[in-house]
Amino acid sequence: MDVGLLGQFVVNGMMLGMMYALVAVGFTLFFGVLDVIKFSHGDVLMVGTFAGFTTYIGMTAIGIDNALLQLVGVLVISIGSMAVMGAIIARYLVLPLKSAPPLNTLLVTLMLGTVLREAIRLFYPDGSNPKHFPALLPTDSWAVGSFTLRADSAILLLAGLLVIIGVNVLINRTRLGLAIRAVAQDEETAKCMGINFKMIVLLTFALGSGVAAFAGVMNGLYYNEINFGMGLLLGVIGFSAAIVGGLGNIYGAILGGFLFAGLQTLGAVALPFSSAYKDVFAFAVVIAIIAWRPTGLIAEKTSERV
Amino acid sequence: MTQSLKDKLVILSLAVLATAFMITFLAIEEQAEIFALLVLAAVLVFASAKFGLIETISGCLSRNERLLNGAVVAATLIVAFWFYEDHFPLLMIATVLLYTVASCGLNMQFGYTGVVNFAGAAFFGIGCYTAAVLGETSVPMLMVIIVGGLVAALVGSILIIPVLRTRGHYAAVVTIAFGLLFRTFLEVNDALGGPQGLGVSGMNIFGWDFNSGITLTDDIEVSFYMNYVILALIMVMLTFVLMRRIERSWIGLNFDAVRLDETAAACYGIDIKHWKILSFTLGNFLAGTAGALYAMMLGFIAPSNFAFSDSLILVSIVLLGGMGSLWGTILAAGLVVLLPEKLQAIQEYRFLIYAVVMILILLFRPQGVLPRGLRAYIPGWRG
Repeated sequence: MDVGLLGQFVVNGMMLGMMYALVAVGFTLFFGVLDVIKFSHGDVLMVGTFAGFTTYIGMTAIGIDNALLQLVGVLVISIGSMAVMGAIIARYLVLPLKSAPPLNTLLVTLMLGTVLREAIRLFYPDGSNPKHFPALLPTDSWAVGSFTLRADSAILLLAGLLVIIGVNVLINRTRLGLAIRAVAQDEETAKCMGINFKMIVLLTFALGSGVAAFAGVMNGLYYNEINFGMGLLLGVIGFSAAIVGGLGNIYGAILGGFLFAGLQTLGAVALPFSSAYKDVFAFAVVIAIIAWRPTGLIAEKTSERV
Repeated sequence: MTQSLKDKLVILSLAVLATAFMITFLAIEEQAEIFALLVLAAVLVFASAKFGLIETISGCLSRNERLLNGAVVAATLIVAFWFYEDHFPLLMIATVLLYTVASCGLNMQFGYTGVVNFAGAAFFGIGCYTAAVLGETSVPMLMVIIVGGLVAALVGSILIIPVLRTRGHYAAVVTIAFGLLFRTFLEVNDALGGPQGLGVSGMNIFGWDFNSGITLTDDIEVSFYMNYVILALIMVMLTFVLMRRIERSWIGLNFDAVRLDETAAACYGIDIKHWKILSFTLGNFLAGTAGALYAMMLGFIAPSNFAFSDSLILVSIVLLGGMGSLWGTILAAGLVVLLPEKLQAIQEYRFLIYAVVMILILLFRPQGVLPRGLRAYIPGWRG
């Protein structure tokens, strides 16, 4: 295989890994503060992308043609609206079920995901068909030998990396992050120390959902196509990535995301069978990894309290 | 009038009422009429709940289980024979019955042992594809149903190690990943028909071809779906007996212990792995058998029938009826299958409506419509 094609696969794999990692970070954040899985995460991502797409249409309609302005508008609306939505979901669906069995939370958010997906399919104008997402980034490219690196890919990768670093800094270096980590470690003690538990939970859900919306816009910009079903697979993959990496651990989420993308790329490129089996291969390996390390590669440090 | 005679009268009149309701519900076509009938039923149920009638009735029912079981079977047969020449109502009845079998399998996993399985449609689908592949060979078709279940159980066994080693969310992701893997696999491979799917030959027992109608006299011709209704009803009865026997035996007691508290159960010497494997395998077996007959009845299957949302529908049935509740499962299977078929207006919105109803149920009545009662250690004992 020549270098150019290999480079293409590497860039593609990294892009996928970045998106998966961003989604997985959300799962891991929610699990950290509340020990719940919010399965509607992927569909929140999809709704965020559609919100961004609608913003683009709206801005074009009122005559703002500057790509940079449009991009900023898309990102602000998409991330902002999903952050609000994440907080609302936490307030009205997740927190009321805090003392119910964890399965109920998983199911309620699964069903919410279905509601979001179906709502877009049925009520968004022509929602059941894929939409063409505009290319808002510069499309220059640099050729290195037989490998061409497109500017939009480079910008997206860099932006994704910055968001992940930003989230990491926020969690590990700020007062808000300290509060989130305190709630994650021990809810009761955190409350005793004067932390507003409910506020922190809502902010964490807003943060995670905002990051998911960013990943969705990234997905739209990279593939230039969005549809109502894109969230389901991204959500399941992000969930698997968070689980494989180890829930509640932000590095685990990143590791899991890139691992899954790596497996898909490997399945598409290097394995003897047809590349159509790449998802089958990746999911099979995920199941095997979970069988081998039941609490993820970077395991949670917990002990059973009876 | 003695208590037992009164009970019997109550059950018989209820059965007559339910039969009449089902026949009317299946017979009418007008959307407004169907809607009015549903509202009437809902009002009746709420009113009787308000006046404490439900408790009296459920007391009667639990005292006379045999009569209740017999009455339900008789009612189903009466409804089926009422529509003896109409294809569509019979197809719906058979579908409800087969979904009941599959949901009972899932109920054994979720409701009895607490093993989560979000790949119900995948195991159902394994049964379907087994029937499609074996239908071409000379294997007796009645065997194919059993083999469909066995293959589903066998495929499920590759998931046993991850399912046993994980709990809660981690176990959920294993089955979700398997469900997606299964569907993607069906879509990309060529041997099993790819995205176009496969045709399935119909049921045939000793030369009795299920896919041709039964001509009794020159005037009376029974729809061929009647064959499937009767076979599915037999399957439901067998499943029901199996589930009840397991629930009431020491096996069910062990299942309950594993579900309620694994650590405590292990402390009392219960082998958690053993019981989880048993319930997971049996549940998948049931889903597979239902799938095999379903495929024969439809005559055609495609990967799109076994998507993640179909697994969610099966989970919804279990949850709507109430975890571990058999009658609840039957009722919920009926609601979930029949309502969207009859109310054409909501056909397009059915996933949306399921999801909203499920959210409301989880928030306001997490125990389901007909919750499973406390274990009756001595059946019929009035304490």
